[in-house]
Amino acid sequence: MNGARAFRAATPEQTTAPPLLAVRGLRFARNEQPVFGPLDFAVDAGEALLVQGDNGVGKTTLLRVLAGLLRADKGDIDLDGRRASATLRAHAIAYLGHLPALKADLTALENLRFLCGLHGRRRAQVPETAMAIVGLAGYEDTLARQLSAGQKKRLSLARLWLSPAPLWLLDEPYANLDLEGINLVNRMVQAHLREGGAALLTTHGAYAAPPVRTRMLVMERPA
Amino acid sequence: MMASAARALLARDLRMLWRRRGDSLQPALFALLVVVLFALALGAEPQALAKVAPAVLWLAVLLAGLLALDTLFRGDAEDGSLEQWMLAPVPLWWLVLVRTFMHWGSSALPLLVATPFLGELLHLPHEQLPVLLASLALGTPLLSLLGAVVAALTVGMRRSGILVALLALPLYVPVLVFGAGSVAAAAQGLDPTGALLLLAAGLVVALVLAPLAAAAAIRIALS
Repeated sequence: MNGARAFRAATPEQTTAPPLLAVRGLRFARNEQPVFGPLDFAVDAGEALLVQGDNGVGKTTLLRVLAGLLRADKGDIDLDGRRASATLRAHAIAYLGHLPALKADLTALENLRFLCGLHGRRRAQVPETAMAIVGLAGYEDTLARQLSAGQKKRLSLARLWLSPAPLWLLDEPYANLDLEGINLVNRMVQAHLREGGAALLTTHGAYAAPPVRTRMLVMERPA
Repeated sequence: MMASAARALLARDLRMLWRRRGDSLQPALFALLVVVLFALALGAEPQALAKVAPAVLWLAVLLAGLLALDTLFRGDAEDGSLEQWMLAPVPLWWLVLVRTFMHWGSSALPLLVATPFLGELLHLPHEQLPVLLASLALGTPLLSLLGAVVAALTVGMRRSGILVALLALPLYVPVLVFGAGSVAAAAQGLDPTGALLLLAAGLVVALVLAPLAAAAAIRIALS
């Protein structure tokens, strides 16, 4: 049905631990119309999976299914060797979507504090330093409505940085970012993977992929 | 975890209420307007006014809550906040409950406090005031909870406008009947306990079921 191919760009050493994310036979249809699938792939800790494909092939839908925002028609999603449940997902997955989830009437720091209160945050990380890491130092008291699209993206990245979840699902993380911002995403993904996390990134173009162990998933339109 | 998420959400909502205090005051001002207009229209006949006072106060509070209903989840749906709520490690129904509590606190609670003064304006007999306050204290949270389900059902629509009111009214009618009815019974020297207990029972049932129903509706609306 669908010509989705998964292959390894690098050759990672075999590990005995279950992959952080394992997907088998995942299929999704909207109104009887197949969107993607069946898909099979796995992402180990310390790996990034680059999901590529043209507009409309279902990259965002795939990420939303993995995050649990949409229900798959068929297939299994395992997180760390266990079947993905809502609670497991909530603790294992951090999702960066197209919508920034920022309140226009709150300042950058207040937004970040709220999202940290909602999702919890890593030990030894505070919103203030996360803002400095993403290059928003000095914008703490700026209302979110006054931030540019790229700055909002950076603020979302700061939220991701604070999240304790090991698996990042990044939908078009490079969108709206300048060259330095793209490097920032790559550096953050690199650091996250070094700490034993994993990341899924969707892109439609040839962006500079993060210099890490990367698998590729090329999605194509169902025939 | 649940407590910290609730604290974060309450702090966020209180901040936003304060930042947009003009908008936040609208429901209370609307209720005041209704009461004042009734007082002016029937001003020459204190007897007639005293007779309809409980019903007018109940209607004013109900309509004020209805006015604020459409904004309950809409803003959070549009900027992607609801997506993050769904992915948070706390149950969605808990966040819905906290948000609904804020709706009650911002639209009904100020009016509850003002009821003695508004009652004075309408020549409400003093002996009816405790029953009226009790019925409002039990009935308004019930209205907010029922309204949350309706708001959640319509959150996927671009502009729901009058639809929210149309959907909410049949659910609101029993509450209004028993709420205003308890005061009417007290006015006739009957025992209002029965109606108040029914309101209390309804509140308990809605406290348990409404957040679950609203959370399910939000999940459907956003998928």
